[in-house]
Amino acid sequence: MSQILLLPILIPLLTAILSLLAWRRPALQRLLSLAGAAALLFAGLGLFTHVWKEGIQAVQVGNWPAPFGITLAADLLSASMVVLTGLAGLATAVYSLAGMDRQRESFGYYPLLHVLLMGVSGSFLTGDIFNLYVWFEVLLIASFVLLGLGSEKTQLEGTLKYVTLNLISSALFLAAIGMLYGVVGTLNLADLALQMQSARQPALIFTLSMLFLIAFGIKAAIFPLFFWLPASYHTPPAAVSAIFAGLLTKVGVYALIRVFSLMFAQDMERIRPVLLTLAALTLLTGILGALVQKDFRRILSFNLVSHIGYLIMGLGLMTPLALAGTIFYMFHDVIAKTNLFLFSGVIHRMRNTYRITRLGGFYASHPGLSILFLIPALSLAGVPPLSGFWGKLVLVQAGLEEGQYLLVAVALGVGLLTLLSMGQIWAEVFWKDAPIASESESAGAKVLEPGPWLLFLIPMGALALLTCLMGLFPQPVLKLATQAAGQLIYPEAYIRTVLGGRP
Amino acid sequence: MEVVLAFVVGGLYAAGLYLMMRRSIVKIILGLALLGHAANLLLFTMGRLTRGHPPVLHEGDTQLLHPFADPIPEALILTAIVIGFGIQAFATALIRRSHEMMQTDDLDKMRASDSSD
Repeated sequence: MSQILLLPILIPLLTAILSLLAWRRPALQRLLSLAGAAALLFAGLGLFTHVWKEGIQAVQVGNWPAPFGITLAADLLSASMVVLTGLAGLATAVYSLAGMDRQRESFGYYPLLHVLLMGVSGSFLTGDIFNLYVWFEVLLIASFVLLGLGSEKTQLEGTLKYVTLNLISSALFLAAIGMLYGVVGTLNLADLALQMQSARQPALIFTLSMLFLIAFGIKAAIFPLFFWLPASYHTPPAAVSAIFAGLLTKVGVYALIRVFSLMFAQDMERIRPVLLTLAALTLLTGILGALVQKDFRRILSFNLVSHIGYLIMGLGLMTPLALAGTIFYMFHDVIAKTNLFLFSGVIHRMRNTYRITRLGGFYASHPGLSILFLIPALSLAGVPPLSGFWGKLVLVQAGLEEGQYLLVAVALGVGLLTLLSMGQIWAEVFWKDAPIASESESAGAKVLEPGPWLLFLIPMGALALLTCLMGLFPQPVLKLATQAAGQLIYPEAYIRTVLGGRP
Repeated sequence: MEVVLAFVVGGLYAAGLYLMMRRSIVKIILGLALLGHAANLLLFTMGRLTRGHPPVLHEGDTQLLHPFADPIPEALILTAIVIGFGIQAFATALIRRSHEMMQTDDLDKMRASDSSD
């Protein structure tokens, strides 16, 4: 039954292969993509219920016993991240049916999307650090092509910056793996957790932790390594931005959580100040950057960077409560950020511009859409009773318990500034009167017909509904986050499951 | 031998980072390739260098006797080389396309995606 672990990797792979075979038949590709994404979501849900009922699951690929073979392992955090991958994937797949242009579709958009999903699920499920590097490369190469697909000038520029910085991160990651292997002689995460407890080279281990922090920090876009993100995430079509914003930085954060909780837990005393400082600076620089931007998606990109700071804050505090806060916030952030980027795409479709100074009047023309936008936007700012509020509340509480008053002040201040940033979008895009459209804008603007309209509204409405539900009924999600955090703080069960009975 | 390789790795990192800080995108791709090689060699060196003792069981042996060369770093490097090759091929295609579109290879002139308005 634990073979269900393989499904979230096999389903996107199969979908990608089948869509490649249907290269000249975009209609079939669309159908396959939809079915594949839905199947991924169901496989994720199946895996999640299995892990929820039976505890942590592990599969030894090829039946090589751990720590010699490659292990796939799913604890509650992995399983719920796979569910979110399926959710963001399905939302994007539905949205793409109407939102993706025919040209990109005919150049392999759907196969690439599913390779990306496979890479993301693989990263969440692997129990081997070199295998994690391989999954990172799988998702990176898919994201490179998705980002550049279409070859518009800004897209290529953004892709160049994205490719360069992510490849540096990969090279550092690889070097860190090499040094790690030299120090402890194993690559299995569970075995690493055991070996690191008895490793006697504190200086080298601290160096290693910083190398991993930089390598994953580039991918997670933490200060001062985030500059590739606002330079590239606003260049591809909105559906691509949405899936990137929802999932890719979270993979980096997930890797940080996994590596630091398993391998460097006993060194946390020295690592904590670094993480907490970086968290505060990420929160501040991100949101200050967002306030001066005039492009809808660049504002969202800087907000994305800023809110990674909340996640790092919980990781740095490393108490059960703080990690639960990080996990809850990560769930909320995947849903809300994906949704906001999808909104920016719909607005762009109707007015052919992302500049907020050139937009306006949507509250008068589309009041329903405007209210729907407010749900993820206010949730991001932490307005109760939406999901972002609870995540921030738990993190603030954890910060106060640890006596990190300055950090808590920064976190609260950034919440207010986020409200200001979202208010800016609201005032410019929805509230003020629409400016007279220039020729190029009105030439590219489209009146939405009911069919595409529905395809846009379904994923956006569903994600907004989830944000509301997470806000109104936070208790089950918090319980889940607390249990997942417990598995991370006390990794004995994880280690026992992976190594199969060995101490 | 480790000392020599340590200097080689250091030299490759230095050269790679120097190239990456240039403005020409061609040099950046070359720098990336060098960084990849440096990381691979680092992996190789960290796996301990053992000459003339392949990890092969001889007739009658039941287990490997120390010292023997560790095959895992080599397997990892092989994987990393293949991945690196694919990514460099993509990066090369990308810079060619970018050069076609922008008529420049100067990174400082590529500001369309990074302006604040």
